Amino acid sequence: MIRYGLRRILALAPVALGVATLTFAIIHLVPGDPVTAMLGETAAPADIVGMRRQLGLDRPLLEQYAAYLGGLAVGDLGESISYRKPVTRLIAERFPATIELAAAGMLVALLLAFPLGLVAGANPGGVGDLGAMGFAIVGISVPHIYLGPLLMILFSLDLRWLPLTGRGGIAHLVLPAVTLGTALAAILARMLRQSLIRVRESDYMRTALGKGLSPRAALVRHGLKNALTSVVTIIGLQMGALLSGTLIIEMIFSWPGIGRLLIGAIGARDYPVVQGCVLTFAMTYVVVNLATDLVYAIIDPRVRVS
Amino acid sequence: MIAIVLAAIVGPLLCRADPSSIDLAKILAGPSRAHPFGCDALGRDVLARVLWGARLSLSISTIVVAISLVVGSLIGATAALSGGRIDNLVMRGVDIFLAFPGILLAIALAAILGPGLIDLVIALTAMGWTGYARIVRGEVLSLREREYVLAAETLGAKKSRLLMRHLLPGVVGPLAVQATFGFGGIIGAEAALSFLGLGAIPPTPSWGNMLDAGRAFLLVAPHLTTAPGLAIGFSILGFNLLGDGIAQKVGHRA
Repeated sequence: MIRYGLRRILALAPVALGVATLTFAIIHLVPGDPVTAMLGETAAPADIVGMRRQLGLDRPLLEQYAAYLGGLAVGDLGESISYRKPVTRLIAERFPATIELAAAGMLVALLLAFPLGLVAGANPGGVGDLGAMGFAIVGISVPHIYLGPLLMILFSLDLRWLPLTGRGGIAHLVLPAVTLGTALAAILARMLRQSLIRVRESDYMRTALGKGLSPRAALVRHGLKNALTSVVTIIGLQMGALLSGTLIIEMIFSWPGIGRLLIGAIGARDYPVVQGCVLTFAMTYVVVNLATDLVYAIIDPRVRVS
Repeated sequence: MIAIVLAAIVGPLLCRADPSSIDLAKILAGPSRAHPFGCDALGRDVLARVLWGARLSLSISTIVVAISLVVGSLIGATAALSGGRIDNLVMRGVDIFLAFPGILLAIALAAILGPGLIDLVIALTAMGWTGYARIVRGEVLSLREREYVLAAETLGAKKSRLLMRHLLPGVVGPLAVQATFGFGGIIGAEAALSFLGLGAIPPTPSWGNMLDAGRAFLLVAPHLTTAPGLAIGFSILGFNLLGDGIAQKVGHRA
């Protein structure tokens, strides 16, 4: 297990370097001059030259790239143009909010998915199955940008149960987390149902029933555990959707995380911040993926060998 | 599903209301006979805008899915047939693209390219091609070991003929599944980008920017968000159901 973990962590290095390089390439190689974009078409040539020098854009591209990687190695992402603060600090201030949102979304997804998936998988074709899968197909299809406003109308404006926007206590977290978690809940519920149905036909389930366990006990004790591996895989695959979902949710609910920082920075043409945020999102995703793989290896020892 | 495609094609022809004509007397008017979905903050007919939005959404997703499919398949097939170092290199590249979660890559590209329809297509394609590359590579690698392909190879078939005659037909099923789900994904991503102000810019009607504009009037005019919201939801639902159907028929899950 430890050897497997170390091997996976080592394999991370080239991907991380690639991610850093692609981010740099998007910002620097894609046509369009960031300086002109920041200062406007009518800017004085002297200002443009000054700004280019300040940002280091007058140096050769390779030199910029080397400086960028060097900065990355020591956690320096440059300085924000609009905030006049180090990008690293801006991101560090907002990172917890984004993680809090993503974790809450995941929690909502799991809390919804398990009952739904179990009900559906315990009796395929039954009323519970139809209801749960009906909910699932709708949940997958409703986009965040519609579900968010819908929940806001219902629970904040009409019923006045929950605050509309911003970050505070648990109450502030509920609507954004539900908006974020619904689609994932639907996907997980479908997956859980499918694997439960597959598991029911296996030999060990027949054994469990044969030795006198009730169908429910057999399903929970033996079936669920085995169905879990595929659910963990899906959680890993869906982490990307969850993370990039926070971006949209943060905009809808004015949640002060990295997503809002990123979209704000795009509007303000604050390229160092854009670069830093994109990089943070991608790296978080890579690390989370690694963590999922490791969890998977713990649950299912067969993975470690291959 | 078919209804949405039809609505996108004939809708704008049938509906005489101009999606950008402004009627100040009808600002935020609720649904009525003349305007079944009501009017928006500038007094424009919401139904007409949703229908024009359908055109934009479907044509953009068609272009993006088509380009992603062709580019991704070519890259995937090249990797699988070349094998060795090239395969390794290409798949590392795919991994790096996949390291950008969800629509993040599209957002980053759209941010630098600026808003606009062509830039939107580029951004969404950059996000979409990897799925096709992976599927085609995987399928080609497994099909290559089949006896009929080995037989053709032994008989001296060229690589291009091998690919076109023997390998491609086997890949069509999984690709169709991926493309159908891809449609739904791209419609959602397009709406999200436009919602963030990184896609279609007003006054071009798009479901995403209509939702964004409607947010300011949630309490007074909820119909502004309902119409485009349902349009997006039903389109994605349609493509998902279609994808499920095709997947069952082909016996393959994407």
